[in-house]
Amino acid sequence: MAIDTSLYADTAAKTIPSPDTSIPPGSVGLVAPELIRFDEPLKLTSGQILPQYELAVETYGELNAERSNAVLICHALNASHHVAGMSADNPRDVGWWDNMVGPGKAVDTDRYFVIGVNNIGSCFGSTGPASINPATGRPWGAAFPVLTVEDWVRAQARLADYFGIECFAAVMGGSLGGMQALSWAITCPTRLRHCVVIASTPRLSAQNIGFNEVARRSIISDPDFHGGDYYEKGVVPAHGLSVARMIGHITYLSDETMAQRFGRQQRAPGQGGEFHYGYDVEFEVESYLRYQGEKFSRYFDANTYLLITRALDYFDPSRNCGGDLARALKPAEADFLLVSFTTDWRFPPERSREIVRSLLKNKSAVTYAEIDAPHGHDAFLLDDARYHAVVQGYFDRMASSLGLPGRSRTMGVLA
Amino acid sequence: MNQISASPTAHVRADLKRIAGWIEPGSRVLDLGCGDGTLLAHLQNSKQCVGAGVELSDQQVIACVRRGVRVIQQNLEEGLALFDDHQFDTVVLSRTLQSMHNTERILREMARVARYGIVSFPNFGYWPHGWSILGGRMPVTGEMPYQWYDTPNIHLCTLRDFEDLAGSLSLRITHVATFKEDKEVKLLPGWRSTLAVYRFESGS
Repeated sequence: MAIDTSLYADTAAKTIPSPDTSIPPGSVGLVAPELIRFDEPLKLTSGQILPQYELAVETYGELNAERSNAVLICHALNASHHVAGMSADNPRDVGWWDNMVGPGKAVDTDRYFVIGVNNIGSCFGSTGPASINPATGRPWGAAFPVLTVEDWVRAQARLADYFGIECFAAVMGGSLGGMQALSWAITCPTRLRHCVVIASTPRLSAQNIGFNEVARRSIISDPDFHGGDYYEKGVVPAHGLSVARMIGHITYLSDETMAQRFGRQQRAPGQGGEFHYGYDVEFEVESYLRYQGEKFSRYFDANTYLLITRALDYFDPSRNCGGDLARALKPAEADFLLVSFTTDWRFPPERSREIVRSLLKNKSAVTYAEIDAPHGHDAFLLDDARYHAVVQGYFDRMASSLGLPGRSRTMGVLA
Repeated sequence: MNQISASPTAHVRADLKRIAGWIEPGSRVLDLGCGDGTLLAHLQNSKQCVGAGVELSDQQVIACVRRGVRVIQQNLEEGLALFDDHQFDTVVLSRTLQSMHNTERILREMARVARYGIVSFPNFGYWPHGWSILGGRMPVTGEMPYQWYDTPNIHLCTLRDFEDLAGSLSLRITHVATFKEDKEVKLLPGWRSTLAVYRFESGS
């Protein structure tokens, strides 16, 4: 494997102490990503070959001498390598799973070495559609290859090689991240001891694919999309992307959450609470979704949205086993933790139970928690004490089985 | 360290000790309504059993995870669809049968997932209960500490009642043990015991 890291030697991700920013207790502090370049071509599931690529990575905690305490965190649709802590260049940019990962938190960086990696095809630093195609000297755009969850896992395995990690203590992820963890257990069974799959599914349903397709059509039919080659035209299909995000956002929330947060509340009612009888924002929920969509379209790349929703659609490890998930999971050797949330209608508990049933059938080690939480799919990112206690209990147990030290403090959700 | 000890020397109730005694070392055990995982931890640590528990309560699930007991969070009333036929050697239902809506169904499901089943339940035939009823009151005792209006125990039975049901479901009873508090009762158990524990073998 040819890895050229010399270029990036001085941008290594490290916790940078800074006297002017106050670091909240339980935070890993200020962090900066490391860009790691891989020059060995990556053969993709589609048959295409990515000649070279870079991965944006953040790490927290210290890798021990035995290299036995490494945890890989895989991200979902719109997240990145910035899992925990505060970005050094913008301390208000807090990692997407900061409530889960940090000193004294459930995934305790006092004892674990945690890696957050941005997947290929994303738009937060790793090679993606907006990167320069070395063959043309221009942005990849529409020519960027379609990737699958398995491709990401292959790239992540090379990242493990780069760090000299033979076997992860755990590979962990929520939603699409959970699919990557599951894929790790199937495709690299000897390289992880524990597999933590949260709010995930062994495959998308027709309904899930349907929502993804509506989102993609919204992007593709935006006149500013230009067949995916919009970078050089100085435009972005912001409108299509923002509608895509609005659709996605609805699927992350439960009916209950939306009812509670917005109900039928009007944004700016006319006199005596009168409707405006028009098509501008009338209800609070419309205003919220538009705001979320517009915000998202300012920082996310439309081609990445297409690519990642497609990777979601394609994921189905049972496909090559005649639809038999248990057979697909046969190679797995890891100890599994699965967590689902009762009001998650995107990837409902039944999907997790399907994985549990298959693992039990294979006599694999599995623990399953079904958290009765009102927040829908989003619950996996939120502060729920029961959910965090399950994950913390699991990681503490894992630490003792790996001979790592005991927990010295409890911070965050369970403090 | 914020962890519950799972040492094999931790106190294990007499009925659980007896249940453990009926379980082959190294066998596969499913504990339905496993609580904080005491029995499974004991079986894992002292008999090298491979166990899994089923539990509904969040707090108990967390306790199981902390002590390294594999647990599946689900409501037993939903049946055992997650488990394949004969996936286990022994399935245990401890102090839970009497609070289940569908008593026959859970017993049939137990017979499906394991060759041997073990159930324990409070003995409604315990003689002070009769005394209490003669006095015009529903019994409230150690194994059944609830008032009639807030009890989870909806299917109470006596030893003979259970034996009849087991017979009608083709469950062959192989062992019985009866307890009062933490002591085994051998003489007139139908009247004198508060807790009955049965081991049965399923027909097929």
